[in-house]
Amino acid sequence: MPVTAIEPKGKVTFREDRCKGCGLCVMACPRKLIIVSSRLNNEGYHVAELVDPDRCNGCALCAEMCPDVVIEVWR
Amino acid sequence: MKQVFKRPDCLVDIPFHFCPGCHHGIIHRVVAEVLDEFNLREKAIIAASVGCSVFMYDYFDMDVIEAPHGRAAAVATGVKRARPDNFVFTYQGDGDLAAIGTAEIIHAANRSEKVTVFFVNNTIYGMTGGQMAPTTMIGQLSTTTPRGRDPQEAGHPIHMAELLATLAGTAYSARVAVNNVKNLMKAKKATKQAVRAQLDKKGLGFVEYLSTCPTNWKMTPEKANRRIAEELIPIFPLGVFKEEQAPAEAGVG
Repeated sequence: MPVTAIEPKGKVTFREDRCKGCGLCVMACPRKLIIVSSRLNNEGYHVAELVDPDRCNGCALCAEMCPDVVIEVWR
Repeated sequence: MKQVFKRPDCLVDIPFHFCPGCHHGIIHRVVAEVLDEFNLREKAIIAASVGCSVFMYDYFDMDVIEAPHGRAAAVATGVKRARPDNFVFTYQGDGDLAAIGTAEIIHAANRSEKVTVFFVNNTIYGMTGGQMAPTTMIGQLSTTTPRGRDPQEAGHPIHMAELLATLAGTAYSARVAVNNVKNLMKAKKATKQAVRAQLDKKGLGFVEYLSTCPTNWKMTPEKANRRIAEELIPIFPLGVFKEEQAPAEAGVG
């Protein structure tokens, strides 16, 4: 039986040039979908990223906790 | 899908200078969201403070007067009395409001000035490099109390939210935290009530936000965030300490 891709319920975008890698979004995500990656931005901070976008339901808790308004959320 | 979270209109689209994990950014956004909600951007005038919050005039898309250190409540008094139709608020740290500006805030509250005061308490002087503030907890390390704050020598932490709640002119006084989403939602609610206190001409609206200072606490943002629940909240309990229901003059006659 073919597996059809399930439309993710939510979408988050990270404005990586503004991220300071503090990790408060990592603590806030109830599904533990966010990590602080090894990639650096122009400021030299390790940026946060979503590891499993399909499981994100757009609850926006990460965005609520972000001190730098890096995250935007669609649902 | 529709956008459910975006940068508030009240915040100018430039990066904050705050250290990674500093709660100032969250508190700036909470205040901006509430001002957006009340549609106050064109009406608001800020009396900005001195400290890490000094760059308010860059971040908020509003008119700002930079007050001398600690005098934001006095400057806000003048602005509000000259322009009673504008929404006037201050945003001050603990070194500003609870140390050099204690007289100004207490008398502004006691005069029942119709202004709103947002007070960020991170228990330390942030911008100047981590000296002891009046709000520093007993035993807390700072550059001026390297063996911890000793109450015999350096006194006790000052509780501004409770202190202002005892004054008749204060319409609303609460202490909130933004260390997790649950507390953050309560913080938004308290912020709205403090704004309403001014809009309904009840008196001074005051909100104390507990904040981290990862740099001067010498902690990671994660550990600093945990410290709020583990160490700060037991000493600075959260809650609403005063909520005036009706204008002070009501009920006369």
